[in-house]
Amino acid sequence: MIEMKSIKKTYDTGSVSFDALKGIDLDVDKNEFIAIVGPSGSGKSTLMNLMGCLDTPTGGEYMLEGNRVETLSSNQLAEIRNRRVGFVFQAFNLLPYATAYENVELPILYAGLKHKERKRRVTELLGKVGLADKMANKPTEMSGGEMQRVAIARALANNPQLILADEPTGNLDTASGGEIINIFEELWRDGRTVIMITHDTNIAKRCQRLIRLKDGRIDTDNGNGNGNGRH
Amino acid sequence: MLVFVSLKQFFRDLRNQKLRTFMTIFGIMWGTISVILLLAFGTGLQEHQVKSFKGLGEQISIIWSGVTSKPWNGLPRGRRVRLTEEDITNIKISVPGIRRISPEYTGHSVMLKSHRNNLVANVSGVWPEFGMMRNIIARDGGRFINARDMDEKRRTIFIGDELAEKLFPGEDPIGQSLQVRGMPFVVVGVMVTKSQDSSYGGRDKRNAYIPSTTFQSMYSQRFPNNTIVQAVDDGAMKGVIDGFYRYLAAKYNFDPEDTEALQIWDTSEGFKFFYTFFMAFKLFLVGIGCLTLITGGIGVTNIMNVVLEERTKEIGIKMALGAKRATIMFQFMFETILLTFIGGAVGFALALIIIKLFPLLNMTDELGTPIVHFSESLGAVAILGIIAFLAGFFPARRAARLEPVKALKLF
Repeated sequence: MIEMKSIKKTYDTGSVSFDALKGIDLDVDKNEFIAIVGPSGSGKSTLMNLMGCLDTPTGGEYMLEGNRVETLSSNQLAEIRNRRVGFVFQAFNLLPYATAYENVELPILYAGLKHKERKRRVTELLGKVGLADKMANKPTEMSGGEMQRVAIARALANNPQLILADEPTGNLDTASGGEIINIFEELWRDGRTVIMITHDTNIAKRCQRLIRLKDGRIDTDNGNGNGNGRH
Repeated sequence: MLVFVSLKQFFRDLRNQKLRTFMTIFGIMWGTISVILLLAFGTGLQEHQVKSFKGLGEQISIIWSGVTSKPWNGLPRGRRVRLTEEDITNIKISVPGIRRISPEYTGHSVMLKSHRNNLVANVSGVWPEFGMMRNIIARDGGRFINARDMDEKRRTIFIGDELAEKLFPGEDPIGQSLQVRGMPFVVVGVMVTKSQDSSYGGRDKRNAYIPSTTFQSMYSQRFPNNTIVQAVDDGAMKGVIDGFYRYLAAKYNFDPEDTEALQIWDTSEGFKFFYTFFMAFKLFLVGIGCLTLITGGIGVTNIMNVVLEERTKEIGIKMALGAKRATIMFQFMFETILLTFIGGAVGFALALIIIKLFPLLNMTDELGTPIVHFSESLGAVAILGIIAFLAGFFPARRAARLEPVKALKLF
């Protein structure tokens, strides 16, 4: 599903340049459940953004579901973000003035589906995350856990096989955090690939594979059972 | 599809971003009102002034007799030069560039007596051309002095609108009898009300006119008080005046260079100044208008900048969810155009209401009636729209060109 070879990312802010990723080699198969851990500044979020095509690498090769990402146009990248990747953020990143329904509907709108089909999909997704009764609520009228569940429903809108979550429980209390992780685990059991950044060792333990980043490189990786990872 | 989605999002934004929407619309509305009122009042004032100025007549000169100031051919200075009606007829034939000409004999403070009222007014004896030169136009149903009046020395009289009101209050004066110095005349016409800001010997609305032939038979006055001449076009007046001097100098034996021999008021000179002045005035208005437009544009730009941060994040989220650049730009442009349109339309409507209500303040005599030239207003609104559009367009394009992660400010 994901093949990364010597992926580098350098941030160039005028006089100062900073190497966030110094060469990442990483293979991810279908239906893996991965936790990425590491101290802050180790490049976790940068790696996650590159995987989700929110950002482009400054070096290396990235294959995502058979697409060479470096060669894609901005429209093709938009299509990948729309259909192949579901992104869940620590800060939820919901549109604050739109209802739960409208937030989940947005990616389906971009995919060009008709109203009837959109309605069916949004209703089903919000039901799945347990928010069938909050469809008309705005984010400001919801708890953190509820907002993150809306964000997950939105990430699943076009049924992507890859779910990326950047510290999805970072802004939540333990109880709602636990519920969120349950949802991710369920998604994995449904056959999706879930990659998640976390600081919480208890959460990391529930994952099938653990990748530790340090100083822009992979420090440890307990593999994926196919012998691709390093031990 | 995209239009529908954008429209839906627009109305959602409208509902949810009340302040932002209101400020943007208000900025454009304010700019539109200011510019349209400025243009309308400027144009109204100008047209009012031009009309008043033309009240005296267009391209005319008024010529009075003078006194020679230089000795000539052994004759002393200080001789009176006076035109006769015959001179005027000859000049009309021999001097090129004359469109119309008329003598004017004036009887001052003449007693006029109608069946309702008595009053004194100036009565002038003139040729039929006089009315056209001086923009003295008869109301429907009446006429000015005509050639038959002249030939038959008829006792016909044309009166100013104010005189008509006083002599025949609430009645139609045409066909009625009016006594002039005890002699019965028939009123043949009443002047259409006109603005007039300059005159000699009183405003036309308080004057009366009779045929010059009739006047002469009543008063036996040999010399007209003055002569009115109208040139064929803007440039011809100077030649006409030179022609007057040449003809009269030859006939009355004075130096054709002696400008004191005649007193001439060339109103076209004043007109030239007037046009220059209003050209400057119009430029000034255009300048103010541009500044107002820029101010409006800056206002809109400021609002756009205030919302830029929030906007950038929104754009980042939408891109992360798979919105294409074109989609984002389309939505943004659609929104800006719609906001600009609403602001412009509301501003336009309010300005029109103000302009329609303005005459109720009874200040139109001084300031004129504001006039909306549709093309000018449309141009102003278009410029404002473009400014507002650019103000919204560039920040949006910048944000849409960012990597989604930068728009989201995740790093």
